[in-house]
Amino acid sequence: MNPFRKNNKQLSIFVTAGFPELNALPSQIEFSQSKGIDFIEVGIPFSDPMADGPTIQESSEIALKNGMNVGLMFEQLATVNVNIPLVIMSYFNPIMHYGLERFLKQCKSCGIAHVILPDISMEVYKKLYRTTFEKYGVTLCFLITPSTSSDRISKMSSLSSNGFLYLVSSNMTTGNSVKSASVSEEDVKRIREAAGDTPMMIGFGIKSRGDVLEAQKNADGAIIGSAYIRALSEGRQEEFISSVSSPELQNL
Amino acid sequence: MISTIDYKQPDELGFYGDFGGAFIPELLRPNVEELNNAFLAMRDNATFQEEFQDLLRNYVGRPSPLYYSQYLSETYGAKIYLKREDLNHTGSHKINNALGQILLAQRMNKRKIIAETGAGQHGVATATACALLKMECIVFMGEKDMERQAPNVQRMRMLGATVIAATSGSKTLKDATNEAIRYWINNPDAYYLIGSVVGPHPYPEMVAYFQSVISQEIRSQLIEKEGKSVPDKVIACVGGGSNAAGAFHHFYCESTELIAVEAGGMGVDSGKSAATSALGIDGVLHGSKTILMQDEDGQVVEPHSISAGLDYPGIGPEHANAIRKERTLAINVTDQEAVDAAFELTRNEGIIPALESAHAIATLKKINFKSDEIVVINLSGRGDKDMSTYQKHYESIS
Repeated sequence: MNPFRKNNKQLSIFVTAGFPELNALPSQIEFSQSKGIDFIEVGIPFSDPMADGPTIQESSEIALKNGMNVGLMFEQLATVNVNIPLVIMSYFNPIMHYGLERFLKQCKSCGIAHVILPDISMEVYKKLYRTTFEKYGVTLCFLITPSTSSDRISKMSSLSSNGFLYLVSSNMTTGNSVKSASVSEEDVKRIREAAGDTPMMIGFGIKSRGDVLEAQKNADGAIIGSAYIRALSEGRQEEFISSVSSPELQNL
Repeated sequence: MISTIDYKQPDELGFYGDFGGAFIPELLRPNVEELNNAFLAMRDNATFQEEFQDLLRNYVGRPSPLYYSQYLSETYGAKIYLKREDLNHTGSHKINNALGQILLAQRMNKRKIIAETGAGQHGVATATACALLKMECIVFMGEKDMERQAPNVQRMRMLGATVIAATSGSKTLKDATNEAIRYWINNPDAYYLIGSVVGPHPYPEMVAYFQSVISQEIRSQLIEKEGKSVPDKVIACVGGGSNAAGAFHHFYCESTELIAVEAGGMGVDSGKSAATSALGIDGVLHGSKTILMQDEDGQVVEPHSISAGLDYPGIGPEHANAIRKERTLAINVTDQEAVDAAFELTRNEGIIPALESAHAIATLKKINFKSDEIVVINLSGRGDKDMSTYQKHYESIS
């Protein structure tokens, strides 16, 4: 069953595996669970993250210097008692190098059923990788933007129907401090119609409670990346999560 | 050996065999689609072609000479010709592609051009094309490359371009390309003028197309000089591989031996090399699948070459495919061998080659030729920008 139920106002955070310390991942997952976060995106660092702004670039660089890699991330995940969905986010090269089949097998054995790979397009996925993903029951969750056509969104929606579509503002790398992630009402309406029953999350540029509320109004949830990474590097993750969470979550 | 595969024609998703494609985030899809449509329309458009050919002739100074080098021919025992791309306006083959793409950008109503550059030759070519057509120009260049190719930074600035230093990673061409892609994501109204046969489809095909004038001219020039249009060997250096793509283009379906020269740096096994096809395995970088230098965790490694234009961890997908299928032979040449070859050419022919092109010259020592063989070396650029490197060598030998 799809764990990203529709209209459930979810909140997700992104963490870079191996940041700020090599072994930070398990405790970050436990911490996030305890704070009522609905699902976590775990980023596998890559040396050349082309869709990422400076914050995630820097966290990736530090994680790599710390010695993080795909195999180690799986080892660390195996030590945590996870009770919310984990979604792996990376670029394709480290996964291709690890071996896609080996990677998906590991995902399955760690209970991970969703992966985001921004540099894999729908066309390339269908031509080269879909069969392997389906063999292990792992869903590739596609990125969409307000410029993506309805026809394309509905095709991606059926490919990602066991996961979600990740809506990003069309013209920004992650953590853009100038632009906000807001999408026009008109676009939201069109995109939601095209997405059908597949849940939709909004990410890239979400940094405040206001952004979260706006995203949750327009979609099924919000994903916070760079802003959380920044908080983490400044040691104010607790305060940050409280500031963006709903009052009910804060009372947990 | 006659090729039966059309190496220069990718499939509908931009794959050359296993390599190429468009590995891009959805954010870039509209940009890339718009570009592909414009390219397909202009390729067959007579007015566009006329304008492009006119610029190549009257602005670049084409055709570039095919020069018979008596010295090299006698020394290495073959009929050796130099394709003098170094004599083009701006000093290298890069201007061919820059002009082709700027005309395309103009027709797409773009006003702002962005580019990445390694040695600065593509940056200078792009800044030149932008000055000509009065477009805004932003060039991303690795911080390290800005130091070692300082004259080109000055030229770009004089031409009115803004040069932005890429300070991430190895601070070279790879990182300049990352910055250009990120800028493009954040500013989709800009036109990204890629300088090599890399990047997502249709860039590898398009850049090779605009550079193919090189092999087209070689064919007609050889008829004049040798009575036949097909040489036995064509030799060109490869970083991303745009000058090689242009020099090989019209010979893939002939019996010509194609030799791609990669930068061996301090030696292939030294850990300081940019010999991609010798050291790389299949990977994805900058929007295409190719042969890529990477570590045991799939992280892209920082290559090394004395030549900023060859200092790239990947290789164009068309070359990756042709090398893997043994249509193209990859050879590598060390920093020292390249510098020595540059001095040899300078002292005996009075031609100071770019460090990149010197790699192609240096392969002459590594190949056994038959005496009547016709060999064409693509002399992709001139060495003015490399004076400080050459100066150090000069001081060490004098």
